[in-house]
Amino acid sequence: MSGPNTDYDPVEVTPLKAEEVERMRDEAVAAIAAAADLEQLKQVRLDHAGDRSPLALANREIGALPPQARKEAGARVGQARGAVTKALGERTSVLEDEHEQRMLVEERVDVTLPTKRRRAGARHPITTFSERLSDVFLAMGWEVAEGPWVEAEWLNFDALNMGPDHPARTMQDTFWLEPADAALVLRTHTSPVQARTMLSQQPPIYVVCPGRVYRTDEVDATHSPVFHQIEGLVVDEGITMAHLKGTLDHMTTALFGEGITTRFRPSYFPFTEPSAEMDMVCFVCRGVDSDACRTCRGEGWIELGGCGVVNPRVLTACGIDPEVYSGIAFGFGIDRMLMFRHNVTDLRDVFEGDVRFASAFGTEI
Amino acid sequence: MKAPLSWIREYVDLPADVTLSALTDRLTMLGLKLEAVTNPADAVTGPLVVGRVLTLEKEPQKNGKTINWCTVDVGDANGTGEPQGIVCGAHNFVEGDLVVVCLPGAVLPGDFEISARKTYGHLSAGMICSAAELGLGTDHDGIIVLPADAGAPGDDAFDVLGMDDPVIEFEINPDRAYALSLRGIAREAALGFDLPFTDPAARDTPAANADGHPVVVDDAAGCPVFVARSVSGFDPTATTPGWMATRLEQAGMRPVSLAVDVTNYVMLELGRPIHGYDREKLSGAVRVRRAAAGEKLTTLDGVVRTLSAEDLVVTDDSGIIGLGGVMGGETTEISETTTSILVEAAHWDAVSMFRTGKRHRLTSEAGKRNERGVDPEITEAAADRVVELLVELGGATADAGVTVVGTPPARVSITIPVDLPARISGIDISAETTLAHLRAVGCEVAIDGDTLTAVAPSWRPDLTDPYDLVEEVVRIVGYDQVPSVLPPAPAGRGRSEAQRLRRRVGTTLAGAGLVETISYPFVGDADWDRLGLAEGDERRTALRVVNPLNNEEPFLATTLLPGLLKALARNVGRGTTDVALFETSLVFEPTGAKAPLLGVDRRPSDEEWASIEKAVPRQPMHLAIALTGHAEDAGWWGAGRLASWSDAIGTVRALADELGVELTVTATTREPWHPGRCAELRIGERVIGHAGELHPKVCKAYAVPARTAVAEIDLDALLEHATTVVTGPEFSSFPVAKEDVALVVDADVPAAAVEAALREGAGELLESIALFDVFTGEQVGEGKKSLAYALRFRAPDRTLKEGEASAAREAAVAMAAERTGAVQR
Repeated sequence: MSGPNTDYDPVEVTPLKAEEVERMRDEAVAAIAAAADLEQLKQVRLDHAGDRSPLALANREIGALPPQARKEAGARVGQARGAVTKALGERTSVLEDEHEQRMLVEERVDVTLPTKRRRAGARHPITTFSERLSDVFLAMGWEVAEGPWVEAEWLNFDALNMGPDHPARTMQDTFWLEPADAALVLRTHTSPVQARTMLSQQPPIYVVCPGRVYRTDEVDATHSPVFHQIEGLVVDEGITMAHLKGTLDHMTTALFGEGITTRFRPSYFPFTEPSAEMDMVCFVCRGVDSDACRTCRGEGWIELGGCGVVNPRVLTACGIDPEVYSGIAFGFGIDRMLMFRHNVTDLRDVFEGDVRFASAFGTEI
Repeated sequence: MKAPLSWIREYVDLPADVTLSALTDRLTMLGLKLEAVTNPADAVTGPLVVGRVLTLEKEPQKNGKTINWCTVDVGDANGTGEPQGIVCGAHNFVEGDLVVVCLPGAVLPGDFEISARKTYGHLSAGMICSAAELGLGTDHDGIIVLPADAGAPGDDAFDVLGMDDPVIEFEINPDRAYALSLRGIAREAALGFDLPFTDPAARDTPAANADGHPVVVDDAAGCPVFVARSVSGFDPTATTPGWMATRLEQAGMRPVSLAVDVTNYVMLELGRPIHGYDREKLSGAVRVRRAAAGEKLTTLDGVVRTLSAEDLVVTDDSGIIGLGGVMGGETTEISETTTSILVEAAHWDAVSMFRTGKRHRLTSEAGKRNERGVDPEITEAAADRVVELLVELGGATADAGVTVVGTPPARVSITIPVDLPARISGIDISAETTLAHLRAVGCEVAIDGDTLTAVAPSWRPDLTDPYDLVEEVVRIVGYDQVPSVLPPAPAGRGRSEAQRLRRRVGTTLAGAGLVETISYPFVGDADWDRLGLAEGDERRTALRVVNPLNNEEPFLATTLLPGLLKALARNVGRGTTDVALFETSLVFEPTGAKAPLLGVDRRPSDEEWASIEKAVPRQPMHLAIALTGHAEDAGWWGAGRLASWSDAIGTVRALADELGVELTVTATTREPWHPGRCAELRIGERVIGHAGELHPKVCKAYAVPARTAVAEIDLDALLEHATTVVTGPEFSSFPVAKEDVALVVDADVPAAAVEAALREGAGELLESIALFDVFTGEQVGEGKKSLAYALRFRAPDRTLKEGEASAAREAAVAMAAERTGAVQR
């Protein structure tokens, strides 16, 4: 490197001569153009645009020029370096594009490879179907009531007009809890939740009670000592069987589609009077040419469960004045409806915990 | 209840246009639900004709049997008019008898096709039929020999046999006991089609006199009416006529002997159970009283029964001779030599009948009717009907004596607003309709302004309440007339917070790859042992079921793990080796309290209600999870990852995070977990559950794979603390400063303690802290471990100055050093 040029004036500095600068520029541009890939271009950048490149070194000589010459030389070197930078940029862009094109080709993968590293979980269809059923009623402004599974005998039976000698009490095979006089049972239906609701609030009452219930049935394809019910209860002024029919028609339509309504047949339950069995139009054959229908077995109707007008004796036992209020109630098996709605043929699948069962339903029904 | 259509028709003249299905549809809509229709004629395809046996040759066979080679006149039914040659193995007929012949082409029950075939050296062209072969019962020996005037050869035998008589089986609800009789069913049929009804109980009966068998009723409440009649000179060899035997069989009862069959027949006809005694075996007056506890009686079924003080018994001077209204005793039973019969038609208290039947596990046709309620006003008619039949069919003479003790209970009268049926049903029902329908069911109705008073008929003890009358009116108007109207529910609040949270728990866990199960709550001592629970473990204190399905599993679950582990083992056993399960379910904690049985005439008082609430066991909802096999699968991407203790803890932690609950995790020991791999999960000071790896012994006991990881928590406790209203976060948009630190601590220092110290020491600028490496080995020394943390610092309102983050890091390290003896590497 030369020191400041103070001895003579003007001075000729070789690297700053116009033809020399042009040569350096041209060499640089040629080298840039010749760079075949980004790696070569990196070296070219060092050689021709780095701190030790000819143009950079030439630039340092500008200070050695007499002041009047510096401007011109500076402009010359600056333009040359600018051209080199521009050429570098353009070449970089071209080479990067080429590189990327190559990468994109090289990085091709087999997108059909399996991707499942974690198995999906699932909620139990009884849970999700209970929610779906409840949703129909929630949408009408009803609420969801719950109660304990081990229940006081009085709430499971007596309060529901099933006294100790009521024949219906033996129709339900009850799990009794020790000691034998504890008057505690595993609830045989969700009806004690209705009683609890009436005991805890005055009308208007609009609730559904989905939940687990217990009866001493041996396990087979259609029986289980544990199963699920949903019951509905309305107590308000002026409530009639027509409201019961309207509610049930709405429910079956919401769950099974337009035209799937219900019918009543007279029946007997201690907690309702009048009482009815409710059937729904078979959602598969819709009651047309039912003979071959496997879902309703040729009936055209599917039995749902029981319903009726709340027996005033029940209202009285629960502290509601039957002279002012009337009520309607209904109940049916969730498991059973799940089975016919989803073509589940063996109730044992519901309770055995085989993951293949619940997984088939996912997280919503 | 099975009712032959021909029998129904005796009391109601159903017009021809009322088809069988119209009848059953109408009765179903009236509350007598059709269960099934059976018709013997449906099971037989003709030709089935009357034949006269012209010749009969007995031909002994080598196999020891003797067959009859017969020629039978079947008129023109065989198309030729020539006698039909038939081989028959029965011997209860002679030449000239009228018999039933099925000709080739006929098909008998069981798809038994009749054809001409060679047998015993003859061409047998058809079959002479027995009743059993035609599906008409099983108890007849030999072939059917028709009465001489039954018909002429070639006549259609379906008509002659009355085979085309459908039997309708109804499901009778407990409140409609009157329909457990032909009288009741026919009455409903008449009502359903608005036809006249002939009441078989309407008959003139002789007045009571002092000449009858002496009867004393000590318990008029238990036996309000006792009628005794008697017959003498009964021919014990007299047999039950075919028509009666057929009807009994059609109704599902087995013919026994004429005397017994007559009582059963009248029970089916009128619904009133009758008991017959061999009068010669009776000594002294017949008496009705309650038993003394411990007294014994051998009932007709041969069982020796020890009686309770509540049982109603019939006695004579010899002692107890019957369990009143439920079953008679052996000592006075009618036998094949009985010639003198005492007929008892008594009205019994239904509740007492029910209790006795239940206590002695006795179900009988009589008991079934008596416990549901029988018409108390037809005792005399029923006894008279039995006497009539015994005289007519058994050659007996009716004795003049008639004993009647007691009077039927008064009929119930019910007053309702006239518009109640309309108001409750939502159907537009006029007052006239209401009155007409109540009268149709047999009520005597008087109207007074806006109210009516109905006196229930004697055969309807179920009619006691105003709404009972509503049901009567509405079922006749038709349930199909009820309009469909949505009730005007007030605006609701949707699911409760707890319900919403539980749904969130389910979706969170399912989203994390767990599958929900539902298990039975029944467990046994073996489960406690399998779990390795110590003798005093609180989970062994469980509610016990009096009548478990399986005596090995009498308890209700106090932990969900047995059920879940069984489900896990089932999955693995079925070849699913990577399994992640969860269950949310109530567990049961005994209280030892007894629930009161309160009255039902009013709401329980607050104290009474409190005593119920106290007696009902605490039943918190638990969540349990169980994991085995791969948490992440192996594949082309590399090795998978097996689920471990940390997944069990991590799943609960992630759930707590989801619910905004701060969970504290510390090491503990508890069955059934691995003693070195069990975490206690706390919210503040409250322990809500445990998680970790299952003890190897427990894995073996439940046949689940080694290293199975489980957790169980009190879900209610977790949900109580859930953040339900999240405060919107404020977060900094200034740059983050990252600092890593590696600390060496003693191997037994919990990572959680180091992290807690770092957090506290780092101060407010610390945004997050993450443990990214745990290292043990020579470099860190024996009994030591190195924990590497990534710390992120950020200020809410500014960019951190040079050195601020490192100063905070140093402070954090200093705190860790002080608290845990940590040394920076």
